[in-house]
Amino acid sequence: MSSTTVKSSSAKPSSAKPSSAKNTLVGWLMASPLVLILGCFLLLPIIAIVAVSFWASTEYSYFPAFIFENYEFLLTSPVTLSVYIKTFMFTGITWFLCLVIGFTVAYFLAFHVRTLPMQIGLFLLCTVPFWTSNIIRMISWIPFLGRNGIANNALQDMGLIDEPLEWLLFSDFAVILAFVHLFTLFMIVPIFNSMMRLDRSLIEAAVDAGASSRQVLTNVIIPLTKPGIMIGSIFVVTLVMGDFITVRFMSGGQSASVGRVISNEIALLQYPAASASAVVLLLTVLIMIGIMLRFVDIRKEL
Amino acid sequence: MHGRRGLSFYLLAFFFALFVLFLYGPTITIAILSFQGPQGGLTFPMNGVSTHWFGELFKQQAVGDIWGSFRRSFALGLMVMVTTVVVSVMGGLAFRKHFRGSGFVFYLVIGSLIVPSILISLGVGILFNQLDLDVHWSTSGFGSQLTWTLPFGLLIMFAVFNRFDSAYEEAARDLGASPWQTIRHVVLPIIGPSLIGVALFGFTLSYDEFARTLLTAGSYNTLPLEIFGMTTSVTTPVLFALGTFTTAFSFIVIGLFALLYWLSNKRRAIGKD
Repeated sequence: MSSTTVKSSSAKPSSAKPSSAKNTLVGWLMASPLVLILGCFLLLPIIAIVAVSFWASTEYSYFPAFIFENYEFLLTSPVTLSVYIKTFMFTGITWFLCLVIGFTVAYFLAFHVRTLPMQIGLFLLCTVPFWTSNIIRMISWIPFLGRNGIANNALQDMGLIDEPLEWLLFSDFAVILAFVHLFTLFMIVPIFNSMMRLDRSLIEAAVDAGASSRQVLTNVIIPLTKPGIMIGSIFVVTLVMGDFITVRFMSGGQSASVGRVISNEIALLQYPAASASAVVLLLTVLIMIGIMLRFVDIRKEL
Repeated sequence: MHGRRGLSFYLLAFFFALFVLFLYGPTITIAILSFQGPQGGLTFPMNGVSTHWFGELFKQQAVGDIWGSFRRSFALGLMVMVTTVVVSVMGGLAFRKHFRGSGFVFYLVIGSLIVPSILISLGVGILFNQLDLDVHWSTSGFGSQLTWTLPFGLLIMFAVFNRFDSAYEEAARDLGASPWQTIRHVVLPIIGPSLIGVALFGFTLSYDEFARTLLTAGSYNTLPLEIFGMTTSVTTPVLFALGTFTTAFSFIVIGLFALLYWLSNKRRAIGKD
């Protein structure tokens, strides 16, 4: 444990060093572009959303008011509940699949690939798609999943099905497939990072003490990579909870999600309603992250 | 663990190979299909082989303003890249000062990463609307994209400075270097190669950004917005040709950055001898 503790305690924001007045001034000056940009394009927009969520609207415009109608409508509508259930379902299944696949891939890279250049090479192979377009990666599934697509043709050739499966493309299945395709690397990167920082002598000690490789996995590796698992989980959960484009495209417009409801309200220029939905979504995501953070101190892990 | 490779290695290696196939298979599929013959459709079989659909891309009127949107995305990517590098380095240096209130800034950065993109899009849209400003890709779109690229830039800087040996700075200071000289001649050369990584994130995440740009780009589309618009109206392989084109472009950019990184590391290694 010692080496991981030493490494993590050197993490910057939390390390104890007296902050002098000069350091504070210089620090704020150097951080000022960052604070300014995030203030203008993160804080102010969120404040604007919270404010507008209490505003009133007509069909074409919205104007300042202080009403609770937007929330009242949102929180009493049966649609909201079903949309949230659906979104939680997408999130839960995607999270589970990303975790299983991401952990397995990271485990293979960290403990079964032996040379560092090979590890880095294969790791980069997994991360390169992150730097390409998500939209294109979604479109890429069309020839695969379509009615006359590769999957259906292959299954028919093998005699497993008689007629094409209709639920492959433009379905909840396709939505989850695309989510896993797009977001698994958000799980691989932090878990791989945790595993590479893990002190190898701990594994040797466990083996020497007579642990089976299964016991090493459950009693040493999994507990010590928990921070990576949590960071990856936070990424996947927030990305899926707030998504609107994957659900819309991969379900062919048939499935709903919280993000899609908001984007539809925006398209109808119902900004106060969209804002109220956005505030509730933000609170939901923050509560979920709060729960996950109870398991790990994120500042120690950077 | 370092003995002969057991069964578990081969099972895991097979799983890994399947995962890589899952990751790249669809992209390779559309790359092949974008060379469909003129009569070909959106799926196999191939109806001859041609570059017909790439030709269609160059005909402006056929499928919207692809080249205009490509130029805008490219320019925006460069703007976001430069800003991300500069602001992340300054931010990273600031955090090393352990200044009072750094916790707040830290949570602002993390918050930027976890706030759903659609909130940024909606919020910036409302804000500009209320301030009577026009949304434009180079103003509101630019700022919205920074909320996605800056956290990644800063996380890289945190990782870099965590491993940074401050003895170099102390040595420079002892030799009489001013704070600016220390940064310019000691810190920046050491962290240089990592900045290439930050730049890569800045450019590619901007170039592919969709959700945060949706309501904030104004009347001139960026390339991802243009592509998404096409998905509802275009049902020919020209869509795949465009996908192949921008993916190839992304790969070239990634390759260039990797080459730069390799060269700068190599130069440094030679310098050390």
